[in-house]
Amino acid sequence: MSSKLAFPLGVAAMLLSTSPFAGPREDLLAQYATAARAEAPAFSGFSSARGEAFHTRKFSGGKPDSPACTSCHGDSPRSAGRTLTGKSIDPVAVSAAPRRYTDPAKVEKWFKRNCNEVLGRACTAQEKGDWLSFMISQ
Amino acid sequence: MNIPYRPLTLTLVGLAFSAIVLQRVEAGGDDYFPPVIDPVVKEECGSCHLAFAPSMLPARSWKRMMADLKNHFGDDASVDAATAARISAYLTTNAADTGGKRYSSKLLRGIAPNSAPLRITELPRWVDKHREVPNWEWKHKDVRSKANCVACHTGAEQGFYEDD
Repeated sequence: MSSKLAFPLGVAAMLLSTSPFAGPREDLLAQYATAARAEAPAFSGFSSARGEAFHTRKFSGGKPDSPACTSCHGDSPRSAGRTLTGKSIDPVAVSAAPRRYTDPAKVEKWFKRNCNEVLGRACTAQEKGDWLSFMISQ
Repeated sequence: MNIPYRPLTLTLVGLAFSAIVLQRVEAGGDDYFPPVIDPVVKEECGSCHLAFAPSMLPARSWKRMMADLKNHFGDDASVDAATAARISAYLTTNAADTGGKRYSSKLLRGIAPNSAPLRITELPRWVDKHREVPNWEWKHKDVRSKANCVACHTGAEQGFYEDD
């Protein structure tokens, strides 16, 4: 292929590969949906209501200091939270922190750490997708 | 000969004063620890707690800390190898006994050369400087832990830890 054609073709490919409205958060949800389907063939989509229940639920498998997401993130997703060492955490709701969840690696990093701290295990793709849907809806 | 004593004295006093001020600025004072400016270090070390100034611990302490991020004061703070290498390089280059020396000579007092303390809050100088802070203040809901410098030192993020 001539190098003259490579650039416009590349641009065209990028434009065609994603729908015009899909942002990084939608891409991430799509990835979790694929993973959730692989985990459970009966997967029927994400629910922000389930995500909300997950966010506030108290677990016993993790650290005693952090039984729930809300232990550090606070009761309202739209308000700032606080770490155990006292540092303020930006709100987790997208409406209050519009830049959140746009870097997939960062999202995965924190799911990995926080699920382990709170649940004592990794979160399932279903749980991640539900939680993320709740935060996007907030 | 008529020596102009007055202007000479004034000049000398002025020079001496400038020298003292300059020396203090050079030394950074006792209460200034340059904040982390590397964006990766700031992000990785400053999400759960203040990104502590590298000049607050000797290089051997940072090396020991970076060698066991999986057990980081009870939390798993592990990062990928490339990120870890970048953070280690920054911390050890600007540590209390390397690049950050001029800010931290007093902070290293009383630390045995063969020990590698991990907690800044257990350095003899730190303990001495905070001896008058009562227990209830550490437990206050806005403080929570000794790692929360900003609760009292409002300029901590900018590197200033003067008496409050």
